[in-house]
Amino acid sequence: MSTAETKPPKATPPPKATPPENKEPPVPAFEKSYIDQITNHFSDDIEIEYIKENRTKLNVKKEKIIDIAKFIKDNTPFDHAESVTGVDFPEEKEIGVTYHLGSYTDDTYSKQVLALATRVPREESPNPGNDSTKLPSLRDMFYSVEFHEREVFEMLGVYFEGHPDNRRLLLPEDWADLPPLRKDFKNKGR
Amino acid sequence: MTEVIPTKQMPPGLQVENVDDRIMTLNVGPQHPGSGHMRIIVKIDGDYIVSADPDPGYVHRGEEKMAESRNYITNIPHLERPVIHDSCNILYPYVLGVEELVGIEVPERAKYVRVIAAELNRCIYIQYWLAIYGIFLGHSTMFMWPAGDRELLIDLMEKITGARVTHAYFIPGGVRNDVPSNFEDVCLRQVNYFEKRIKEYADIFYDNPILKARTEDTGVLSREDAIRLGTTGSVLRASGVDYDLRIKEPYDVYDELDVHTNVLKAGDSYARSKVPWLDMLESCNIIRQALEKMPKSGSVRTKLKPNPKGGEGEVYRRVESGRGSAGCHIISKSKPEPYRLKLSVSSFRNLIALPYLLKGEKLGNMPAVYWSLNYWPVEADR
Repeated sequence: MSTAETKPPKATPPPKATPPENKEPPVPAFEKSYIDQITNHFSDDIEIEYIKENRTKLNVKKEKIIDIAKFIKDNTPFDHAESVTGVDFPEEKEIGVTYHLGSYTDDTYSKQVLALATRVPREESPNPGNDSTKLPSLRDMFYSVEFHEREVFEMLGVYFEGHPDNRRLLLPEDWADLPPLRKDFKNKGR
Repeated sequence: MTEVIPTKQMPPGLQVENVDDRIMTLNVGPQHPGSGHMRIIVKIDGDYIVSADPDPGYVHRGEEKMAESRNYITNIPHLERPVIHDSCNILYPYVLGVEELVGIEVPERAKYVRVIAAELNRCIYIQYWLAIYGIFLGHSTMFMWPAGDRELLIDLMEKITGARVTHAYFIPGGVRNDVPSNFEDVCLRQVNYFEKRIKEYADIFYDNPILKARTEDTGVLSREDAIRLGTTGSVLRASGVDYDLRIKEPYDVYDELDVHTNVLKAGDSYARSKVPWLDMLESCNIIRQALEKMPKSGSVRTKLKPNPKGGEGEVYRRVESGRGSAGCHIISKSKPEPYRLKLSVSSFRNLIALPYLLKGEKLGNMPAVYWSLNYWPVEADR
């Protein structure tokens, strides 16, 4: 019906709006260079999800995330974590955790955000802290994940091993329901 | 010192703690007028803080969960609620992200209108924050002046958007409506007067020996720690790190404007309280430039389909809000609603510095350090 207005702009968007496919012809060179530096070192454990302008994403195995994070911290200018996103994938019986890393110290990297993603197994009836939904904490490498990881723990039930302070942060202390950001926790009235 | 002896299996989250006869535990908040809607559990030895444990969450509203059951357009009004005083800036990364997902181009004039609205909103937020800082320091003039001068810009925003604080003005594809016909003149006049007013703040606040005595050399955050803790915005720039997303990762038309960043080296509460004020002066410059360069006519909105669907994929966009970097991570699965929406907000990121800064500080300095973090409790809780 109103498709006529939206068609012309759809044809024109700049390369930033390309779909997330790493086989697209214009792979940005700068982004590819630092991703190559990481993938050359850990060739078997890393899957490149996308390399877009200023944004890159790597999927890594959870057993290797400590090594890879350590490598990134020591060999690339990424010096802090901006955010940690937990995502529930009930169909795949997994929970995804994505760290967004940025750099303050190197001016050439100030636009770059490297997303480091991993998956943990998800249990149907969660028992946060005492089930198999566990991940090593990245707090030793990126200190700034401290509160973010606490949030992911309470909201999705992912326990971070090695985190000194796996307490509740935003939820009430006596919350005894499912972790609220899991998909099987339904909003009331929705 | 404090050995914990659990008597039985405790429910999750509850703790038992033995009482020390020297260290006193003090709950600051959540009802305390100075703390805002959050609690700081402070342990003190005499006058000195041994440890401080921030306990946010009293205004957690589940914005991220709510966003999963609303479509991209109906998400707009509730996503600006975390910071109603800075509603344009907190909505900005979400709107940019949806535009990238849907693949829509924004008209040139709308980009300028957005920048002007965002800068006006930044000033409105910082004035409010500064007014509360006056309450924290017991400086009643510092409350009255910014709260009064803020009205000028609120009236201006009301002329543009129709609402005084919660504007819901930015939408994917542009802005909701065009500015009124005489807007350029009125805006220029108000902003010039506003700038003249806030320049007077230097004499009464920032050169004031009492304010300096309260804030200088309290809560010093070194450059290395500011980077390591991942702080952002005014906290980061007060510690000598030159990082402002309007310059480092320009969005909309910021790359066509001459934007300067304000960096101070001291890293104490005084520097952290001064950087936002310098930001306001810079905002006035940006608004004047944008008014000059703005196309005088044209569309301000590319129409979307009624119920737009984002493609398969994800975006992470960030902007410089009044407090620091505001990020929005949207994961889309070809549905009208986002599959997952994460707000990575500056208040939550800066909170990590609070226990660090308060340790070893005098209890009397706590308000000056706490509010200098440019912290907004509702934004941190989301």
